[in-house]
Order: sequence, then structure tokens, then C-alpha cells
Amino acid sequence: MISLTDDKKKKQSESERLSRRKFIKNSGYAVGGLAVGGVIGSVIPWDTEDKAAPQTNNKNNKTTNFTHALMNFSQAEFKMVDAATERIFPEDENGPGAKELGVAYYIDHQLAGSYGLNARDYMQPPFFNGEKVQGYQGRLRRKEIFRIALKEMQSYSQKKYKKGFISLTEEEQNAILTDFAEDKVKLMTVSPSGFFDLLRSMTLEGVYSDPLYSGNKDMDGWRMRNYPGNQMSYTDIIEEDFKDIPPKSLREHM
Amino acid sequence: MVKKLPKTDVVVVGVGWGGGIIAAELTKQGLNVVGLERGQERHTEDYYMVHDELRYAVRYELMQDLSKETLTFRSNSKMRALPMRQYGSFLMGTGLGGAGIHWNGQTFRFLPYDFNIRSATIERYGKNKIPADMTIQDWGITYDEIEPYYDKFEKMAGISGEENPLGGKRSSAYPTKPMKHSPPMKMFKKATEKLNYHPYTIPSANLSESYENPDGIARAACQYCGYCERFGCEYGAKADPVVTVIPVAAKTGKFDLRTHSWVRRVLHNGEKATGVLYTDVTTGEEIEQPADVVVLTSYVFNNARLLLNSKIGQPYDPSTGEGVIGKNYAYQVVKGGATGYFDDQKFNNFAGAGALGMVIDDFNGDNFDHSNLDFIHGGYLSLTQTGLRPIQNNPIPSDSPTWGKEFKKNSLNYINKTLSIGAMGASLPYKQHYLDLDPTYTDTFGDPIIRMTYDFKEQDRQLAKFTAKKSSEIMKEMGASKVDSMKELGPYNITTYQSTHNTGGVIMGADSKTSAVNNYLQMWDMDNLFVVGASAFPHNGGYNPTDTVGALAYRAAEGIIKYSKNGEKLA
Repeated sequence: MISLTDDKKKKQSESERLSRRKFIKNSGYAVGGLAVGGVIGSVIPWDTEDKAAPQTNNKNNKTTNFTHALMNFSQAEFKMVDAATERIFPEDENGPGAKELGVAYYIDHQLAGSYGLNARDYMQPPFFNGEKVQGYQGRLRRKEIFRIALKEMQSYSQKKYKKGFISLTEEEQNAILTDFAEDKVKLMTVSPSGFFDLLRSMTLEGVYSDPLYSGNKDMDGWRMRNYPGNQMSYTDIIEEDFKDIPPKSLREHM
Repeated sequence: MVKKLPKTDVVVVGVGWGGGIIAAELTKQGLNVVGLERGQERHTEDYYMVHDELRYAVRYELMQDLSKETLTFRSNSKMRALPMRQYGSFLMGTGLGGAGIHWNGQTFRFLPYDFNIRSATIERYGKNKIPADMTIQDWGITYDEIEPYYDKFEKMAGISGEENPLGGKRSSAYPTKPMKHSPPMKMFKKATEKLNYHPYTIPSANLSESYENPDGIARAACQYCGYCERFGCEYGAKADPVVTVIPVAAKTGKFDLRTHSWVRRVLHNGEKATGVLYTDVTTGEEIEQPADVVVLTSYVFNNARLLLNSKIGQPYDPSTGEGVIGKNYAYQVVKGGATGYFDDQKFNNFAGAGALGMVIDDFNGDNFDHSNLDFIHGGYLSLTQTGLRPIQNNPIPSDSPTWGKEFKKNSLNYINKTLSIGAMGASLPYKQHYLDLDPTYTDTFGDPIIRMTYDFKEQDRQLAKFTAKKSSEIMKEMGASKVDSMKELGPYNITTYQSTHNTGGVIMGADSKTSAVNNYLQMWDMDNLFVVGASAFPHNGGYNPTDTVGALAYRAAEGIIKYSKNGEKLA
């Protein structure tokens, strides 16, 4: 049984409190004349002395990205996802596409974990086909949906163009994806549009989630749309006109 | 073998806003309260890495684990109800603070009209204005009677705001000044004033300035960081139960909070509740907690489910309209808004706060004439600036592609050039809309889960069209180059997010035949059982519900204290 009146929480060392005070003072987040005990008082000291190495925003500063390896897809599956997500979010004059942002690695890592296994979804039987308004009623988990759908996409591509998906032109790839998105492919196993919607939403997640998840490389996804990422406060600009603020990631908090 | 614990004065089931307020008020009066919360403990420190859209907003970090419990849904009784297997339409909270952690902080009072909706509608328009199967009824409490409890909740939470020119009378001003005004808010204010409407700043639980409440709880001002809804506040600036009422209860030494405690039954002898039976989810042990008074303070669905699984009260029967448990489930009609695209202006759409915005009530409640309209009630129209996070917000004009080259170009171009006006349409109850136990699907313990039978009605379709039209007019007045708005409401769909404002199922009223609880939220059928939450709303108003949930919780706390002294029915 856990009690709220846990002494540990209340007893904070003098040094911790000092550093918190320093945080409030240094960061300029005025909290007025009040002795604020409960809350800012319990916020983790943001200004930890042993700050992690500053993150680099310099793309030319090449270091090995050890997260760019596979935990779920086969090499062939990975290449298909890499190509398909690039069609959904292509490179253009605004900046990089899904491929360069690492979206396929993002999807690979997500499918290997709780999301791929639908760990927090209700997966109890019995399974029945439902109405559209009732949502997904299948027994397959996302990891399995990808495995099956990629195989189906490959054979559809062979059937239509006598080539594998990654060897197609961009226009041909778009045509295949459109047929999936609009349920023009007849499959017995998975819903083509259901798979496409999943692929599309996971592409946007990979483009725009914090780089800690292996996509949004160098925060370039955010940069393209002037999204500042993880900022502590907008009090100074909330009343102002648009302001372009360089992005920060959660890495800043380590 | 069930372990039986010593008796306590009061046990509360679910420690969110309802449970936290009840615990604070009762322990201050010297009562011993046991709080049972099936989720985990929460602290402000948990939110150190909270600016993570994927984890919190997209993967639902703070929400109920659906693998353990969900509900089933069908549009009508001819359809087979199937489980909501993944999140969509609404998000149930879990853990200490409940849904009170991940809310936006918009803190509106319902209108005087809401509390006597049936009699006021008949008085002004005649009986025929109300469709035969619409089961609106008066609440058994008037606005003037509930006003002091609104005031109490607002002072406890430190609500920042200014008076609603078209709202009910206030006994005192908001405890803190309104939030700052961003450029889009100023545009909305100017446009609505020009159209002769009555704009005011949204009452906000995200503090505009630092504040110390009557319980001595001090909190810091909001930093407009843009991570409110679906997130916890790392500053404690957004009022939630963990930073307001729960510490007050804990300080008395009379609050015994037990997390990971999943209540499965209310125990009773037919006349009185004798306690509750719960499972310690960390050990699997079944535990009986006897109590003089039992208070259900969990979410709408679970309040109704606990009563039905415990066989307390008469279950509602849609074929006869008799029975009360599960009756008058209502939702919210939010799709009638408008989106405006501005070619020549750019906004700080990434910044904001959950309750930052301007609003008008000119088309809410009965503030306008419905004589020539095919619906009653209405909703507020608001422009909010809550912080548009990048995964979930990729606005593109309605006729453009949703992926590929064109999509990328449009979404990058419009993200900081798009503004939206939202409508918070009231949802009125119908004979066919109700909650009962699902005959097939169960939770992780094998207990039946709730089955919801619900769809939009003509009332909702007309209302949404009306608010969409008004929203579009305001957006045009604001100078948008292009305006998109809803054409048809369509059927209710559980897969797309709309609102977490579910209401009803254990409704309050003046008559035990047509309501489950009296206006102290005391069960008509069981004196020492109180059921607190939006489950008590006989219909849902055109506002966010939390202020009314909080007010009713303070009212119930007063009732429980009275009851524990003289042991009588309160109404």
C-alpha cells in the first residue's frame, strides 16, 4: 500500500532546494512573491550541474547513429517501408523526406515494442466483423499486419508491373499505394486501406516525434515547419506575432 | 479468501477530481477516509519529459489501459455491440488524479437554463418543442442553489477569468485575472464584437498568475508551453487533483490513499452499503473494506458499471423508459466548427495553453430564440490556442490530397497560417441512448464491461449545422482567405477523437422514479451511498463539464458530512 505522506518526498536536501531556487531565478520564470512550496518546489531541478553533452545541430558533424539498425523488419521489408514512406512524405524544396529523416527505422522500432504488439489495446475474443463506426475489430496485431501487408504489396506490385515495389518508378509506387489507400486491391488477409492508414500515421509520427524515437533526424522534421520542439516557456512570445525559434529536443533535459 | 480490513468512516472509489474533493472536505471535518485508486500514484516530477507528443498524446501514456478494461459500443439496439479495442472518440484517464490530470483546464459554469431545461423550454416554446423520445428533465437543483459550490471549486482551483456577459450571476469575481491574449484571440474578439456578440476570455485552470488558494496551496503561473491536453503539467500551473485537493486531504493524516486498488463491487445488505470489495492488482489479493459511507467517484462509465455489477438500483429499460441506472447517457456535439486558412498571416500556433482562448455564448443554452429552429439548446463557439503539436496537427484545405508531395507542401505551408473556431454543442438525452452491462465482453477480472448504445439524432445534426454556419461567419469576419466547415454531421463514430465529455447513467433529480440520486448525489435507493461525477448530469450542456463536476462534488461533500452526523436522507 502506498501512502501519499511519503517522507521521502518531503525531505529534500538543502542543495537540491538551492538549485531549484537557482533554476527559478536563472530561468526568469517569475512566480511572483509567493513562497511556492508544493509545485515549482517539486519540479525536478532542470539546471543539473552535470549536464549531458550539448546536442549538435550540425548535420556535417557525422557520428554513427547506433539506433539505425533493425529490431523487427527483414532487410527487404525495411527497404519497402523506406521507399513507401518516402512517397507519403517525399523530399522536396522544403527539406528532407521520410527516408532521410529515418522514418523506416522509427517504424521498425515501434513495431518491435508494445505498439506493434497492441499491448494496451483490448484484444480479447470473440472477434466479429463490425460496422465502420465501431473501429478495428481484427485479431491481428500491428506487427503482423505489416508483415502480411508488405508481402501483399510486393505481390501486387509483381502482378501489376512485373517488378518488386522498390524497383518501381515513383509514379508506379504512388499508384500501388493509391490502390491500397482506396481499397482497390482485393485481399483476404488484411484491410488494404487499414494498412495504408496505419502506414501514413506512423510516417507522420516518424517525421515529427522527438528524435529520441529514431525518426525526425536532427530535428529537421520540426525545422521544416518552424516547430520549436521542447521549450520550457512561451510566456514572452504568446502575445506577439509569429516568431521562428530554433528547435530543442528532450535530449536537452538530460 | 477475502481479507477483511477494519471499518472506516468513508471509502471513496477513484481518486480524481471527485474523490480528491470529497477526501479533502471530509478529512478536514475529522472523518477518516480511505481512497481506493486502481491506477498508480502521480507526482509533478513525473512530467520531467512531458513534452513528448508521441508518448502522451498519441500513445496515451496517462490513459486507462484498454487491454484490461474497455466498453462496447453500438449505434442502436439492433446492432451487435463490439468492444472499443483502441482509443478514438474519448480518452478515459487512470491513476491518481484521473482524467483531472490530462484535461485542458477550461472551467465553465453551465447556464441557469441547463438546470431547469425541461420547464424552461416548455414555458417558452410549449410542450411540442421537445421531441417525444427526448428525455430531458430538470436537475433537481437550480443555478442559484449550485452557485456557491461553483464558487468554491473556482477558488480552490484558482480559475483565471472574466465574467461571462451572458452567463448566470456570480457571487464573486474569478480569483485570478484572465489569461494573456494572443493575436488570434484579439482577432476573434474584434470580429465577434463587430457581429454584436459578447466575447470573453475562457475561464482557465491554467493559472494566469501565481495563486494561493483558501486551503493554503500555492501554485505558479502558466508558461504557455503548449502541452496541456493529454499531458500533466510540470509546473503544477494547471489545476489538477494531485497539486490541489489530494495534498490537503493527506495533510490531515486522516486520508488513507491506496493506489493499485481496483474496486469490483459495492457490498450491501439491500438497504445499506456495507463497504467495497477490491483487488490489489499488485498481488491479486481480494480485500474487503467496510465503511459507514461509500462514495463512487470514478469516471462516468465505471460509476454506472459498479452499481450494475453490484445490483444496486433499478437498471434502465429503454423499452419502457423505466429504471434509472444507465439512463440519459449523453455526449457532446463538437464537429460544427470552422477552420480558416490565412494566406498573408502567420501565428505562433505551437505555443499556447489548454484553456487559452476567447469564447461567445450568444448561441448557447436558450440565449437565442429557437422558435424557428429544429433544435433546442446550443453551444459555445470559441477560438482556442492550445499549442498545435506536429504529429496530430497537419491542417490542409478540405479538397487537397492527404499524402505525398502536395500534402507535404500544403501542411508545411498552412501549419502556422491556420486558425480554428470550435463549437461545444450540448448533447441531449434520448430514450434509446443508455448504458448497461455487456452480455459478452468482460474486463481483466471477468467482470462485465459497460455497453453503450448511442448515435447522433436530428437534434444534433441541426445543431452542428447551425454552429458550423455561425463559426464560418466569424472566421470570414476574422479575415480568413479560405474557410472549411462541416457539411453533414454523419453518424456517431467511436474511432475519431471528439471529446471526453461523456455524461449521465446515474443522474440526479427531484424524483426517485426518474433519477438515481438526489441533489446531494445520494442514492435514492441507498442512503449511505453517494455517486459523484458527470454521471449525475441529466444532460450535457454546451460547455466542458469539469466546473460542474467539481461543484457537485463540493455539494456532495456537504451532504455526506450532514449525513454522517444525523444519518438521514438529505432530500
